[in-house]
Amino acid sequence: MGQENLIEAIRAKLGDAVEGVSDSFGDAVLTLRPAAVRAVMAALREAPFEYAVLLDLTCVDFAAAEGRFELVYHLYSLTRNVRLRLKASLPAADPSVETLVGLWKNAEWLEREVFDMFGVRFEGHPYLKRILTYEGFEGHALRKSYPWRLEQPRIPLKGDV
Amino acid sequence: MEPLTRIQRDARPESMLLNMGPSHPAMHGTLRIMLELDGEKILNAEAEIGYLHRGFEKTCENKTYFNLLIYTDRLNYVSPLINNLGYVMTMEKMLGVTVPERAQLIRVLMSELSRVSDHLTCLAAMAMENGAFTVFLYMMKAREFLWDVIEFTTGARMTTSYIRIGGVRADLHPDWRGSLTTAIRETRQVLKDVSGLLDKNSIFLGRTRGVGAISREDALSYGWTGPCLRSTGIPYDVRKASPYLIYDRLSFEVPVGEFGDNYDRYSVRMREMGQSLRLLEQVAGLIPDAAPLSAGPTIEPSEAIARSRRQRTGERIRLSPNLEGYEKERLPGLVATDKPIAVPPKEDTYTTMEGLISHFLFFMSGKGIRPPKGDVYFSVEGGNGEVGFYIVSDGTDRPYRLHLRAPCFHLVAALEQLIKGRLIADVVPTFGSMNMIGGELDR
Repeated sequence: MGQENLIEAIRAKLGDAVEGVSDSFGDAVLTLRPAAVRAVMAALREAPFEYAVLLDLTCVDFAAAEGRFELVYHLYSLTRNVRLRLKASLPAADPSVETLVGLWKNAEWLEREVFDMFGVRFEGHPYLKRILTYEGFEGHALRKSYPWRLEQPRIPLKGDV
Repeated sequence: MEPLTRIQRDARPESMLLNMGPSHPAMHGTLRIMLELDGEKILNAEAEIGYLHRGFEKTCENKTYFNLLIYTDRLNYVSPLINNLGYVMTMEKMLGVTVPERAQLIRVLMSELSRVSDHLTCLAAMAMENGAFTVFLYMMKAREFLWDVIEFTTGARMTTSYIRIGGVRADLHPDWRGSLTTAIRETRQVLKDVSGLLDKNSIFLGRTRGVGAISREDALSYGWTGPCLRSTGIPYDVRKASPYLIYDRLSFEVPVGEFGDNYDRYSVRMREMGQSLRLLEQVAGLIPDAAPLSAGPTIEPSEAIARSRRQRTGERIRLSPNLEGYEKERLPGLVATDKPIAVPPKEDTYTTMEGLISHFLFFMSGKGIRPPKGDVYFSVEGGNGEVGFYIVSDGTDRPYRLHLRAPCFHLVAALEQLIKGRLIADVVPTFGSMNMIGGELDR
């Protein structure tokens, strides 16, 4: 199955979940309805698509410009040797989406990173906690509203008066 | 009061909690592993990362595409050239640049040198932590010879910034063949010696065979790539799966393991180094000798500048070989010239009006490299696995968003599962065989 046929097959099976198909510098991109993310991923993981690897998950902040956050998933199929990029737009006010924990094991850490950096909530995540910054960090560092080089308040050491 | 971590919350009242790291000799970078113990047995584990987080992605959003290259050196600091390559090739995919043949060959050469030094560093540290200090010294010695080759050409051991958008910064050092031959010979010898010391060593086998094993399904589920994934028997290698540069024209094998345990990760890396040395020899044979710089009278730089104030000077300028761009006439073979994506030669900047203008058009804020709008993902095979860059461009001279897919983020995510139910002593070889690199893990 070539990349175009694959996209067609995905649309045929998950038509209502797919909002759009596009091409960016030769990469296939599917835009999903955010409510359908988990269902689509679960379907893509199984035959006939066999995207067995969740290669990457990240987020892009378009909050100021377009009022949304965009989640970007990269899947890889070992059997077909193709990658697929999936996007889902979340509202800037309260960005939240269903977790992928349970489908892929690395989803737990990847989602913690997106939560830490962008403040996107993953519903059903068992341990949604900051991962690269620390407990008590104020704000979400990769949001565009977070200034570069902002100083964080100092955390008192144990025993400090 | 800090909230409890999961392991603190779930710990049984009779068991002991122990911190390994963040400051611990076996924790390579800085990583904290919290262990719940029953005697020496690990009941539960939790890894805490982020101690080396320095806002790489945020910084890149505030730097121009040209400026941020130096930050990519500092991701996987054992193989910086592969990070350079990953970033640069992502940009080239976006810009639609064709890189000259010679530059591609040099890039392969540099990638493979970096891959060998990456594997050497990983195995050296792993062996040392298992008590084989001799192996550590041997491997560090071999790495020095490899880094000599890199240093002669790039001028730095780690912070190279050598692979540039469109090509490479400069041609190879005139004596690169000699240093490469030495490095390959010495590394082969070290690999042979280390094989003899470790392959059938019962102490080493006892701590690695069957320890830290992962199934194929779990390795895929954790998003593992690189030698760690191949140790489970899945032959996924970006160089074979989606060949970049000239890898499809070179002959090499992808070694795989069987059980996905520490020993297989060691053995896959050892065999991969052998393949990389093969690749180095092939590439060295393909790179033609550089054409000699044209002879003839030259003038001093100061004189050239003085003359250029009155008239256009055609004479060649006597420049120190240490200066970037001294080999202007070789540049067309080293960097793509169809688009203004490389730093213009300095001598033009100082002696001609056009050169000065193109210099400013390259460096002025809002000018320089401006890829079209859109987003792009590209990956190369790094020492640890698939090093991928995801870049969102809004058409300006700075990335709107730059994300690194760090291979060891996914590896370390599996650590908790691998050490659960085993002994404290198993943490060290398991963690060592993963090759966690703080710079790329925490970004």
